[in-house]
Amino acid sequence: METKNIMIVGVGGQGSLLASKLLGKLLLTRGYDIKVSEVHGMSQRGGSVVTYVRFGDKVYSPVIDQGQADYIVSFELLEAARWTEYLKPGGKIIVNTQKINPMPVVIGAAQYPENLVQKMENAGINVDAFDALSLAEQAGSSKAVNIVLMGHLSRNFDFTEGQWMEAIEQSVPPKFLELNKKAFTLGRNA
Amino acid sequence: MKQLMLGNEAVARGLFEAGCSFVSSYPGTPSTEITEAVAKYPEVYAEWAPNEKVAMEAAFGASLAGRRSFCGMKHVGLNVAADPLFTISYTGVNAGMVIGVADDAGMHSSQNEQDSRHYARAAKIPMLEPSDSAEALEFTKQAYEISEQFDTPVLVKMCTRVSHSQSIVEPGERVEKIGEYKKDIPKYVMMPGNAKRRHPVVEARTAALTAYAEETELNRIEPGADSKMGIITSSTSYQYVKEVLGDQYPVLKLGMIWPMPEKKIREFAASVSLLVIVEELDGFIEGHCRDLGLACVGKANFSNIGELMPLTVAQQLSTPWAVGAKVDGEIPPRPPVMCAGCPHRGLFYTLKKNKLTVLGDIGCYTLGAVAPLAAVDTVICMGASVSGIHGFSKSQQGKADGKTVAVIGDSTFMHSGITGLVNMAYNESNATVIIVDNSITGMTGHQQNPTTGFNLKGDPCAKIDLESLCRAVGIRRVRVVDPYDLAQCDAAIKEELAANEPSVIISRRPCALLKYVKHKAPLTVDTDKCVGCKACMQIGCPAISIIDGKAKVDATQCVGCGICQQLCKLGALKEV
Repeated sequence: METKNIMIVGVGGQGSLLASKLLGKLLLTRGYDIKVSEVHGMSQRGGSVVTYVRFGDKVYSPVIDQGQADYIVSFELLEAARWTEYLKPGGKIIVNTQKINPMPVVIGAAQYPENLVQKMENAGINVDAFDALSLAEQAGSSKAVNIVLMGHLSRNFDFTEGQWMEAIEQSVPPKFLELNKKAFTLGRNA
Repeated sequence: MKQLMLGNEAVARGLFEAGCSFVSSYPGTPSTEITEAVAKYPEVYAEWAPNEKVAMEAAFGASLAGRRSFCGMKHVGLNVAADPLFTISYTGVNAGMVIGVADDAGMHSSQNEQDSRHYARAAKIPMLEPSDSAEALEFTKQAYEISEQFDTPVLVKMCTRVSHSQSIVEPGERVEKIGEYKKDIPKYVMMPGNAKRRHPVVEARTAALTAYAEETELNRIEPGADSKMGIITSSTSYQYVKEVLGDQYPVLKLGMIWPMPEKKIREFAASVSLLVIVEELDGFIEGHCRDLGLACVGKANFSNIGELMPLTVAQQLSTPWAVGAKVDGEIPPRPPVMCAGCPHRGLFYTLKKNKLTVLGDIGCYTLGAVAPLAAVDTVICMGASVSGIHGFSKSQQGKADGKTVAVIGDSTFMHSGITGLVNMAYNESNATVIIVDNSITGMTGHQQNPTTGFNLKGDPCAKIDLESLCRAVGIRRVRVVDPYDLAQCDAAIKEELAANEPSVIISRRPCALLKYVKHKAPLTVDTDKCVGCKACMQIGCPAISIIDGKAKVDATQCVGCGICQQLCKLGALKEV
């Protein structure tokens, strides 16, 4: 199988590490070669963060470079627009429409661009935009945005809902299991 | 059973399986998880040391005592530990000793992007360089075999992409290794007479290791379809070469990066029309090839600045590669910021308000240099704020008095701030050091340190009392403030700067991200009172923004620290 590439992008602190952990658990039991590359350290403090998930028969590079991503899952709108060059022709961006102002916008040194979904579509990009934050809140916590997004991503793969749920069980503490399962289902059906 | 492991976790697994029983490290991105992961094996004693020099010397002590040992650090940490490094090279080891060092090309979380491979050559110590997690595990185990066979410490060099990438490993069993201490004065007492006899031993060892480098499977040739070009590479660069070119050209993959083979490289070079070296940062392999008189393509095509990426390999080696579409217009950058509720914020606001020159240090509080606070004048390395303020203030002969402070975190102060403070007391500076004590090593992801009262395993342990420590070195003026209280901070800073002797202010409040910290409810804005004056925006809190001329608090981020409330003269920011 040709290597599949998923980029998870967002703002440090939004929980992208749990999303990649979940994908890792799911893919490991399916017998793929896998590489998951994360960022730790300073950028986790509210900076732009990116995680790469790659799987296939044989995976070399731990990172996804420009033009390689089959899917970009973005936790935030501006971050989706930041990484579009990483998308493969025919790839898809799944984006939470939540906006989080970066500090240059907060202090008035820059503007948060308008109509980003439209702009991405105008550039010929396949965009699947939805309000994952509301669904996370509906599931019981705004922190579950990561699992809502994974639920939405899951529609693009042949893995069964049961296989995803098993991976969730292996990735979250029992206390938060029900909340996350609900978040996943809401995202999958969105 | 196959497992997905971070490169750092795989090093830890390698330590466990190799029978390593003593680990001492100082946290530093991207090396930290090696030590956190190994601490989970009850068979291995693991600790956070106050700094890398202490960690390396402790690991040497354990090796001397007959136990396989390890110390881990980031690239700049190896600078701190360079003193023991160069001399442990001379003494060699008793039981195997491995030093893990993780470089940060691209500076995701570092102040420089030095290439640690130079240390292997300079200290005459072998260095292995894994390219994924499976190799991280295997190479770590092999490092102990090399260490004991050749009587040398061995460096295992990681980098951000190997340390922080998960890939598949197959864990094995642990083999216990327990040796005995044997007294050997000529080998272990490095006074001139003995050291003179050890230096030739080191040179002979390097010759023996070079012969080993010719034969070891760590250095392997992977055949390619076309010998028009041949590539020598290592570490994550190897993965990029294979990603882009597959099996098109022959590849010499070096798993042992020092000493490098000579014959093997010459033969490989002779078998291809063009020799290309693909490596991250400096032209280290390239330099070796040129020393051998081999013509090659290297840093003239691949920059020695920043991370190497697959796209660069494709572009430089003429491989077609399409990139995705770009969105019209500017995409504003998103630099890291202090978290909402960060206790450092109130302190830096006060420093800015008082227009002070601030010598900063390494940690989350380096972010005090970012706009709108922009309250830091310099950051160099661990501890440099305290030593630096001494030189700054002394050289100004009183002109800097009352206008200059050093800011350093609790963990960084224990690492190497204390020696600078001793200098200030001893040589009589008139300057103020502010220890921002957030009760944790924050930036690297919440590691314990000597001031927190807990050890690496999370068990309660001895706690260094910062106030007593500062007084003990001779600082008479030591006081504690709460950085959430702006008036208190302001008064303390003014008073200490006015005093005619050195002083320490401890700005104490735990990191807002610590699990035990209880947060207050998010604040709300009374839109009738808010006039959009932006007074609350001066602190750069990511939870506050101005929307349609009024302040707005993001309830998902706000932890109710109340600093913005103290800035609002109209009382528009309210508790629910």
